[in-house]
Amino acid sequence: MTVLAVSALLVLSGCATDEPTTGASGSPSAGTGSGTGEQSKFFVRADYDKQLALLDATPTGPAGKPWEQALNPEMVETAKFKKPGPYKICFSNAGLNNPWRQVGFKTMRAEVDTHRGRISEFVHVDAEGKDQKQIADINDLLGKGCHALIVSPNTTATLTPAVEAACRKGLPVIVFDRGVDTTCPVTFINPIGGYGFGHVAAEFVSQKMKAGGKVLALRILPGVDALETRWAAAKIAFDKAGVDIVGVEFTDGDPARTKKIVNDYIQRYGTIDGVWMDAGAVAGAAVEAFEDAGKPVPPINGEDQLDFLKLWKDKKLTAIAPTYPTYQWRTPIIAALKILDGEQVPNPWKLPQPTITRDNLDEYVDPTMPPLHYAMCGCTDLPGYPRRWK
Amino acid sequence: MRIARPPRLLTFRSGGLAPILVILAVLLILLTARQPDFLSPPSLMSFLGRSAPVVLLAAGQYFVIVSGELDLSVGSLVTAQVVIAARLIDGDPSAGRPVAVLLLAFGIAVGLVNGLVTTLLRVPSFITTLGMFLILVGAVYLWSDGAPKGGLSEEFRRLGRSAFEDLPVLGRIPYALVVLLAAAAAALVLTRSDFGRTLVAVGGNPRTAELSGVRVWRAKTMAFVLSSVAATLAAVLIGGYSGVSFQAGAGLEFGAITAAVLGGVALGGGRGSVVGAMLGALTLETLFTLMNFYGVSGALRPTVQGAIILLAVAAASFRLPSR
Repeated sequence: MTVLAVSALLVLSGCATDEPTTGASGSPSAGTGSGTGEQSKFFVRADYDKQLALLDATPTGPAGKPWEQALNPEMVETAKFKKPGPYKICFSNAGLNNPWRQVGFKTMRAEVDTHRGRISEFVHVDAEGKDQKQIADINDLLGKGCHALIVSPNTTATLTPAVEAACRKGLPVIVFDRGVDTTCPVTFINPIGGYGFGHVAAEFVSQKMKAGGKVLALRILPGVDALETRWAAAKIAFDKAGVDIVGVEFTDGDPARTKKIVNDYIQRYGTIDGVWMDAGAVAGAAVEAFEDAGKPVPPINGEDQLDFLKLWKDKKLTAIAPTYPTYQWRTPIIAALKILDGEQVPNPWKLPQPTITRDNLDEYVDPTMPPLHYAMCGCTDLPGYPRRWK
Repeated sequence: MRIARPPRLLTFRSGGLAPILVILAVLLILLTARQPDFLSPPSLMSFLGRSAPVVLLAAGQYFVIVSGELDLSVGSLVTAQVVIAARLIDGDPSAGRPVAVLLLAFGIAVGLVNGLVTTLLRVPSFITTLGMFLILVGAVYLWSDGAPKGGLSEEFRRLGRSAFEDLPVLGRIPYALVVLLAAAAAALVLTRSDFGRTLVAVGGNPRTAELSGVRVWRAKTMAFVLSSVAATLAAVLIGGYSGVSFQAGAGLEFGAITAAVLGGVALGGGRGSVVGAMLGALTLETLFTLMNFYGVSGALRPTVQGAIILLAVAAASFRLPSR
């Protein structure tokens, strides 16, 4: 019964995040109670330093189109892939199993529609969050005469051999979002990353609250690299600011559990001076817990999902929303066409990772869009907006 | 079957309420030692309000367990109901009532399927309801493309989130608590009725019950329907409390079973009381709150639930011969 209970919980919570569930066996290193405890097993100092430096870098590329921009680009030659069009572009997708990927994929299809003259066929295969299916998918696509292959890997280590096999076929391979352990793809596209996200949120929360105040950190689940890096960076920022972390709790992305946890902490400590979250999904629930307890909502971070942005605007919260932008789904299509034209592309292609603050909040709040839509989709200029995303 | 006698509450007869009351009292003492104002009205009311869904599910689970079966589908039914409600209401305040009726009908249908498959097709309820659990999880997933759509209206959420405000002494009474008290009263009446006694007889010894003219399949099917209705009510409260999410009902079936077992309801049927099951749920929630206040990681919850089930079942079988 226990085993069943635990595995059922795991199954049910498995789709809670928009980040890769790598098979890494990292255990939760976060201490509960006070203090931030020891650093996460996923922490890599060099990556952390690199990402923080990128936060201040000025992107190159067309203004107002962050999906075409790159941070500190190093260009690679692609002349050997030059071919006359129109092209058949194939996409092996890790899954469509959360709102982030749903919004992203709609954005990608719309991007394809803007190149209808040059892309004759766009083949999409959904691996439904399964490594084995994605390995088979990539293998199948290799026999389908694709001119370019886009891969959004489900997990890093397991998908690496499949991506390497695709590279050996000689067609240009483009990887985005989650990475692979090989340099054989022509380019790897993703935004700055988890350290940047966690750092921006933690700095904001610690600056906006009184010195030495009590912070509650809410995390989705342990052992997922993209989420671990967010927490690892936040830990450093909080320790530097001398903040009192009264709790680090896992919510499983469950709003009810989030509300209960926050409610418990409010009762236990009387006031909580700041809330840090590793993902925005349950930020609304955390805010509600303060409201229902009749307490002012402390400085908090969310993400660019519209339910949170609306709440932020309506309740005039002290808030910030770092993003993991869904506009990155446009870039692989643009990259594929450039590569097939023989144009140089950046590798790695690091996209800017904008933060929504009080100053630019109004640009992103759109009450007509659904609550789980991601505002940083860069999709407002695409065909079919807004109907396609509703 | 015995006639209830007044002092029964205080004896340690198996299935009696004394053990769970003692455990609850000890936990409350520990909790107030750590957090003196836990029992102050505002904090207590908020605790009772947010515990209401689990207590409801435990009451529903009581009917199924006492009849000798098990209902593993309630958690996924809660999730399904919340996701369905969000998609159908989609922020429209006037859609609340018709959707609530629809949810009730859906709940009853799920209970009927669980009950009829278990009784008429003779599939063990463990398997039937596990199957229902998977069907509901998969169907909801498919129907919503992996991400809940729409949203619940403020009106629909009021039942789970709001309260009677500015009352003397208590301050505020959550609507959820009122719903719970009404449901608890109804459950108590049901257990005292012929149906309630029949159900215990069916769980205690189905063969004897059958031979004495009880339609076992009907009693058991009713029990599953009651459990599903309780889950529907819980879904309305949970959806109200925290809004739409795929996680809404995650793990609740085990919470409900643990609560019932903790409250002295014997797995396998025939013994226990609905009040015990509901007190079990409150005790479990108190325990989790206590764990939080003492800084124990929330990740230990499933482990604690599992341990309780094992211990309670072991304890029950230990005292079985003295019945």
